[in-house]
Amino acid sequence: MSSISASRPAATPVVLPAAKAALWMFGAAALALIAYYFVGVDQGAVSVFGKDMHVHEFVHDARHFLGFPCH
Amino acid sequence: MEKKLILRGILAGAAAGLLAFLFARIFAEPQISKAIDYESGRDAAQAALDKAAGLPAAAADPDLFSRTVQADVGIGAGMIVFGMAMGALFAVAYAVCLGRVGALRARSLALLVAGGGFLGMYLVPFLKYPANPPAIGHEDTIRARSGLYLLMVVLSVAFLVAAAWLGRRLQPRVGNWNATLLAAGAFVVAIGAVMLVLPSVGHLAYNKEHFGNHATETPLPLTDGHGRIVYPGFPADVLFSFRCYSVAAQLLLWSAIGLVFAPLAERVLQPRAEAAAPGAAPVPV
Repeated sequence: MSSISASRPAATPVVLPAAKAALWMFGAAALALIAYYFVGVDQGAVSVFGKDMHVHEFVHDARHFLGFPCH
Repeated sequence: MEKKLILRGILAGAAAGLLAFLFARIFAEPQISKAIDYESGRDAAQAALDKAAGLPAAAADPDLFSRTVQADVGIGAGMIVFGMAMGALFAVAYAVCLGRVGALRARSLALLVAGGGFLGMYLVPFLKYPANPPAIGHEDTIRARSGLYLLMVVLSVAFLVAAAWLGRRLQPRVGNWNATLLAAGAFVVAIGAVMLVLPSVGHLAYNKEHFGNHATETPLPLTDGHGRIVYPGFPADVLFSFRCYSVAAQLLLWSAIGLVFAPLAERVLQPRAEAAAPGAAPVPV
């Protein structure tokens, strides 16, 4: 891929030390997956609020349009 | 550093989700309305058939939100939350890739990671299990369909990561061009094998038992007891438009994430690159 970078100093040299960044990285990824779950999956195949369908019905159109299986 | 990148990723995702929402409101909602009209008409035809056959009427689902709320507010909330979630995942992937995937510039890397997100989180799973409008999908198979779809998402992302790793391993031996081609080929072969093995939605046991041997759950024409068609199958043009717009919306979303994030990331990373360039001691991160 070096053909894409014209000048060396502009290349991305920063390597995040995994241990220091872990809290933010894992936190962000976990929150993102929870949001993904609520938009795409909850109250369909599995449900954290039991039989309630408010989340499912509210994001119904987005769920279809984003490609998730829906009812 | 990672905090700055993640917050910018979420910001880029929110902007991208807003764009995708506007697109969906203009292009997808008319198709969704047509699909719901089809479903209502079909339900009415089915109810008439059931009544003629002396069967009890099926209970209708209660409407928790009006169509207006679903089509104007709900889809907006869904698209923006989805955009923010994808922006956050994108930023995490970007931070992990920094300095680990070769001599790429901050902006180029942003576009490549966004392209990977589009492929892994949406397009490759879509090829096996495409998006469906309302009226398509049997309620009793939702568990199996969700499981299969999420499995495709997980495997697509995992194979993409593996392909990137493989490309990096091959690069010193065969060069950039060949390493990229080999890694891409390995990805296609691996995910292609998975697609062959996983069942089509229509071939799930429940569907075969109740609806016959068809590849999908797309409704076929409704027939009465004599085999006469009393209601048509799902309109093909609506299905195509819906899927086409679905792909376009995701392409828009991921492009926007990459393009909004790219200059932001460059500004975050550039001062360090310059400070580190003229032989100065590397700045601790």
